[in-house]
Amino acid sequence: MRLSYPADIKIIQVPCTGRVDILHLLNAVEDGADGVYVAGCLEGECHYISGNLKARKKVAYVKKTLTEIGIEPERVEMFNLSSAQGARFAEIAREMTDRIRQLGPSPIKKKSHAA
Amino acid sequence: MIVADRKSLQEILAMVADKKKILILGCKGCVTVCNVGGLKEVEILAASMKIARKKEGNDIDIDIQVLERQCDTEYVAGIRDVVGNYEAAVSLACGVGPQFLSEMYKDQTFYPGVNTTFFGGAVQHGIWEERCAGCGSCAIHNFGGLCPIARCAKSLMNGPCGGSSKGVCEVNKDTLCIWDAIVKKKMESGRLDDLIGVKPIKSWKTARDGGPRRSIREELVQGNI
Repeated sequence: MRLSYPADIKIIQVPCTGRVDILHLLNAVEDGADGVYVAGCLEGECHYISGNLKARKKVAYVKKTLTEIGIEPERVEMFNLSSAQGARFAEIAREMTDRIRQLGPSPIKKKSHAA
Repeated sequence: MIVADRKSLQEILAMVADKKKILILGCKGCVTVCNVGGLKEVEILAASMKIARKKEGNDIDIDIQVLERQCDTEYVAGIRDVVGNYEAAVSLACGVGPQFLSEMYKDQTFYPGVNTTFFGGAVQHGIWEERCAGCGSCAIHNFGGLCPIARCAKSLMNGPCGGSSKGVCEVNKDTLCIWDAIVKKKMESGRLDDLIGVKPIKSWKTARDGGPRRSIREELVQGNI
């Protein structure tokens, strides 16, 4: 397909989004990531039955924690698409990059740079 | 098991607001089972606190440890060599943990990261209910295996009271009227007469009313077993 998507996205592959842990997301934020998103399979089509549904709940938990800390919860998101939807993958990457660009750099990064 | 709820992140952050290096201590006992103070919860709390402090531009150094149990001095002694390296420690064990820690390490401050709530069990994933009040003289066999001390809002020994409506307690619509359940169970088993007999007045000396309690097992104290 040779679709292009923003180069500032670092992809971490997991066998199933069920493997994604709350700590993976929190650690990314803690280390200064401006945003983190999980791209799971379409709901109802998880090869392991409920991996993507569990990932969604973990993303929701992290959003709640970030809100409590005073960081925009939109910096963390869950998306669902099938492996056949390459065009959608590129679209999501642009969508998330635009969203983060509007929000600006992570407040954590700003502080540590200032210090 | 002992059930606890984690304090809010803001409350824990406020406790250690002026500290730069802390230790978070989990416990592999009850609080691990009720998902509030085991390894996972300790790691999540540490990461969340670091994010919050980084956001303020006031970084905090956090180390974590999970003790086998915080209610046994032999395990509490396990942090002897490192406990002095921190400005403060947060314990995610039940209320026993920070006390055993404070008793052993007099120069360190241990903050409770959880609110200990009751003795109970999980009725479904994520929901725990109180089942025991620790009154010190168990008599649940008289009540069809259902404890009116722990589960009746008034701890009535002869219920139900007038506040029972359609099997629900007037105190909280989510609370089963345990006396309704006791009577139904006795009726179903044809043993309603069990409730008619006059029982001696319950002695509350064995409960908290008699002051802090102590349990002594002589054979263990003497080391015979």
